[in-house]
Amino acid sequence: MRKGLSWFNTTSIALGFTFLYLPIVLLVIYSFNASRLVTVWAGFSTEWYWKLLQNDQLLEAAWVTLRVAFLSASVATVLGTLAAIALTRYGRFNGRMLFSGMVYAPLVMPEVITGLSLLLLFVAVNFDRGFWTITLAHITFTMCFVSVVVQSRLVTFDRSLEEAALDLGCPPLKTFFVVTLPIILPAVVSGWMLAFTLSLDDLVIASFTTGPGATTLPMRIYSQVRLGVTPEINAICTILIAIVTVVVVIASVITKRQEVARERAERLAAAG
Amino acid sequence: MAAKARGNKGPGRWLVLGIPYLWLLVLFLVPFLIVFKISLSQDAIAQPPYEPVFDLAAGWEAFTEAFSQLNFDNYAYVLSWDNEFIEAYGSSLWIAGISTLLLLAVGYPIAYGMARAPKSIRPTLLMLVILPFWTSFLIRVYAWIGILSPEGLLNQLLIALGIVSPDAPLQILATDTAVYIGIVYSYLPFMILPLYSALEKMDDTLLEAAADLGCPPFAAFWKITWPLSLPGVFAGCLLCFIPAVGEFVIPDLLGGSDTMMIGKVLWTEFSVNRSWTVSAAVAVLLLLVLVIPIVFYQNVQAKEMEGR
Repeated sequence: MRKGLSWFNTTSIALGFTFLYLPIVLLVIYSFNASRLVTVWAGFSTEWYWKLLQNDQLLEAAWVTLRVAFLSASVATVLGTLAAIALTRYGRFNGRMLFSGMVYAPLVMPEVITGLSLLLLFVAVNFDRGFWTITLAHITFTMCFVSVVVQSRLVTFDRSLEEAALDLGCPPLKTFFVVTLPIILPAVVSGWMLAFTLSLDDLVIASFTTGPGATTLPMRIYSQVRLGVTPEINAICTILIAIVTVVVVIASVITKRQEVARERAERLAAAG
Repeated sequence: MAAKARGNKGPGRWLVLGIPYLWLLVLFLVPFLIVFKISLSQDAIAQPPYEPVFDLAAGWEAFTEAFSQLNFDNYAYVLSWDNEFIEAYGSSLWIAGISTLLLLAVGYPIAYGMARAPKSIRPTLLMLVILPFWTSFLIRVYAWIGILSPEGLLNQLLIALGIVSPDAPLQILATDTAVYIGIVYSYLPFMILPLYSALEKMDDTLLEAAADLGCPPFAAFWKITWPLSLPGVFAGCLLCFIPAVGEFVIPDLLGGSDTMMIGKVLWTEFSVNRSWTVSAAVAVLLLLVLVIPIVFYQNVQAKEMEGR
């Protein structure tokens, strides 16, 4: 019966999306401002983008951030997927309460607590702080996000496929790689991307766990933002927004395609 | 079920569970115990700047002696009315609570509109809600500085419209209002997504039945839609409230010097005053404040995951 949108629904969606996007759009527009005064529009210019390329500190920080994000997202995806399998497949095991508590708690844990506690751990075991400590910290908090994403795919998974493979004598490990993994792959990939962007984004945990020599991009941006709004910061933010938008749009198109293909295959299998 | 039993046996199972379990124990649980331990220690001018309370190498005797040395000075210090910590806890809870209500008020109509949108455009709408969540949190907070500052875009607009005089621009940045705006803006996707998934599952025929039986739309909303969306409301509110209480970046960048939030206080205590023991005590107390909502949230999450 409900075909179109009522005026109320249309307005609320339109207002909501304006609220979500207007600040970002303004930021992007003002990164092309010729004036150094961010609030006065003085014509179109890409000056600030060229200035960025000459800012070695910022480029160095960006490189550290990318390496941390890539490494931590990859390890977190493996650990998070294992945790998701354990939580969805193993039923009631000893210590399940503790385990699921440790998996869900970091999702809502205030970052200052996670950051402080990890720092105190690294200090207690005398671990040199820097690149590796940030990476370890990021693996720990992002693996929980991966686990939730993968779990939501695993609970809707048709287990008879796995059981069939096992009944036909396929070893469990091979069953996982040949049957399970291809099916949950879109969730694993989006888990990796979530972990990657969370790591790229993190300021608080990285600030706590870093040491001399490892400054991430958010830390650099933060220390400059505290001094006020500058067009360079607008420019670097615009670049980050552009990268994330492209990656997310591509990923969602791929996931969508795979889902359509999978549904078609499942329908064919059911018909045949 | 034979296959299930077979798949669950052997060293494979041990590894699948053991690796993430061990990881989380070492890097999530143990650090908390260390924080707890340090909160009971005393500041020392040394590196690291605290006096260890437990020395495991020294054996049982040292352990019992250490127990007698445990001191709650840091807690006494934090909980004393003379210091501003209690006020900061109170104002964090207050700001997070108000922000959560605002988020619900802003997020519900959007989620409702999305769930009622034609099926074909729903995935696109969903992606549009998630997209800002993927872009940096810091960037989104930063974007508001340019809008809210006295010479910012909002004031320019209001001055151009003649609503505000150029001599007395609206002072929003560096006030609690800016903090509310910042939290509502940054956390909105966290509120919309659980609400949307609850509202989307709703069976439209219930509303049709109510309408057929003569129930006015508004009453139908309160009697049918709202109760059915409650799981989403709970999940969304907890997902926003808990991290908002410990928020650091938003009050630091958008709030004023009088905006007291415990995340900011903890950070200052740690990085400016360099008192690790007091910041550890602040963290333990913050966790105590949040433990009830966190446990509640975990139950909601676990049910959502396993109950399907």
